[in-house]
Amino acid sequence: MSIARVNRLSPYMFMAPAMVIMAIALLYPLGYMIWGSFRDWNPSQSIGEAEFVGLKNYITLWNDPNFRESIGVTLRFAFFVVSIEMVLGVGLALLLDRDIRGMSVLRTMFILPMMIAPVVVGLMWRYMYHPTIGTFNRFLESIGLPKVDWLGDYALTSIIIADIWQWTPFIFILSLAALQSLPRSALEAARIDGATPWQQIWHIKLPLMMPVLIVTGLLRLIDAFKVLEVILVMTNGGPGLSTEILALRISRTATEFRELGVAAAMSNYLLILLLLLTVAMFAFTRIQEARAARVRAAAEEAS
Amino acid sequence: MQNQRANPAFFAVIALLVFMSVGPVLLMFANSFKLDVDIISGTSGLLFLPTIQNYETALCDVLWYEPEHLDFCSLKFGGAFINSIIIALVSTVLTLVIGSMAAYALVRFRFMGRDTVSITTLMVRMVPPAVLLVPVFGLWNNEFCLDKDGLIGGAIRDSFGGRGDVCLAGTHSGIILIYVAMNLPFVIWILQSFIVQVPRSLEEAARVDGAGPFQVFFKVVLPLIKPGLAAAAIFTFRIAWNEYLLASALSDRNTKTVPILIVNNMSEFNVEWGVIMATGMLLAIPPIIFTLLASRQIITGMTAGAVKG
Repeated sequence: MSIARVNRLSPYMFMAPAMVIMAIALLYPLGYMIWGSFRDWNPSQSIGEAEFVGLKNYITLWNDPNFRESIGVTLRFAFFVVSIEMVLGVGLALLLDRDIRGMSVLRTMFILPMMIAPVVVGLMWRYMYHPTIGTFNRFLESIGLPKVDWLGDYALTSIIIADIWQWTPFIFILSLAALQSLPRSALEAARIDGATPWQQIWHIKLPLMMPVLIVTGLLRLIDAFKVLEVILVMTNGGPGLSTEILALRISRTATEFRELGVAAAMSNYLLILLLLLTVAMFAFTRIQEARAARVRAAAEEAS
Repeated sequence: MQNQRANPAFFAVIALLVFMSVGPVLLMFANSFKLDVDIISGTSGLLFLPTIQNYETALCDVLWYEPEHLDFCSLKFGGAFINSIIIALVSTVLTLVIGSMAAYALVRFRFMGRDTVSITTLMVRMVPPAVLLVPVFGLWNNEFCLDKDGLIGGAIRDSFGGRGDVCLAGTHSGIILIYVAMNLPFVIWILQSFIVQVPRSLEEAARVDGAGPFQVFFKVVLPLIKPGLAAAAIFTFRIAWNEYLLASALSDRNTKTVPILIVNNMSEFNVEWGVIMATGMLLAIPPIIFTLLASRQIITGMTAGAVKG
């Protein structure tokens, strides 16, 4: 009897610490933030003292051209970063998918950029983009080309390049893993039927990799909304608002302008955007699983 | 076969890729050994007299001797480094223990609320740190406090000093708490795919021999998922070690971590490139060592995390 009760309770005992911590440090703060977003709230007040203003923060933001500009920058950044990284990463994986000696050494070198702190990545690129002492302008000068104002006129492009440098290896590693787990028989059959390498890639490899690629792309997309430190160090959102992505704007509204209510409302807009993406990803994996199960069932019936 | 043919263009591409991914890191490494004069005058690339002066400036508060070129030690890098180590290590260990237990429960038991828990875990994984900034700042400063007139709060205040209530903000535990919470969803998610592979028969054999559920977990399951734990540990450590935003909102003068120190020194108008590169290098060294030692685990962890949607 007592053993049976222990067994029924043990899952809860295993779950309890994680649930308690996530409840007090993730879910409660999120609820607190939603509550705070309806208030005119500054950091010196506790939330109880802040005045309730209803949807004012949301409406102000909605009509604020700077906020819209910031959303535009965020979406542009995410779109370019993810699409360029996907093309480069998958392309490299297709190119390097062969037996080379020292492949593991190569992979180690490729994951190095991802492991380094974003703050340090920002620092490195800020140095390389520096108008007078930076590596790129020195190089352009030495071959006789005019200097480029990287973090001025081309700030958004420059931060996109830095992010591509850091995260293309992520896509590369994942698509390489997907490529190497493809069924050999399908590729053999295609080769025997005389498919050219291009045909193999277009009609066999890419379609078979698609599920992994889509999940990878969505993961990367969600992460692209989290990028903050690299941009903070490189441009701090400037010049003007040209690189002020939403995460950065939230942090500046909270710490520099000390408007916690507005920052909370802004966070909620960002959360809603991400929630839509997450639901899309979740629905997609469910559909994939269902389709795989149907195919398997059909195959079993046939045999 | 076509694959085996040694193609010079192919190796050129590989060499270029390696150069592009490692080059910036090497550039920073080289610059951290240069004097500012050399960096600014730009005497070409590799011909310079290496100096450890930048590292001496950065580490002046933990050196046993006084560097000659310094009158005053303004950069308290050593202290920040120790804070970073404490916070990253403690939060990694806590996250792994708590997360592996939760992952085990999700994989091995059917219980009420299981689906809710696993969907919630998946959802909160998407929450960006920037979104947590506002509520965490408010809660840690105003709500998660012990009243200074209360029993425990009074005792803490008497022994450590300070005014007002004793709050979570500005302590190591405050930062550790949010890092553990932030990393838990990811660790739970990634470890599930490793625990599924542990054969049930082993656990049942242990149970027949009279082991309780916790003994089964700690003595049978955990040793078998060591590769998964290693991967999860590296990713958790990486986030806790590199994180800037929440730490900057929660820390005070004595609990600053290294990323905060670097950003504070960057935002000043006149950047001392040599010193800043040296601090950046010191911050980057632990993750680089992990990458070199455990790249296989990192790759396993990445693929396990992404493929199992």
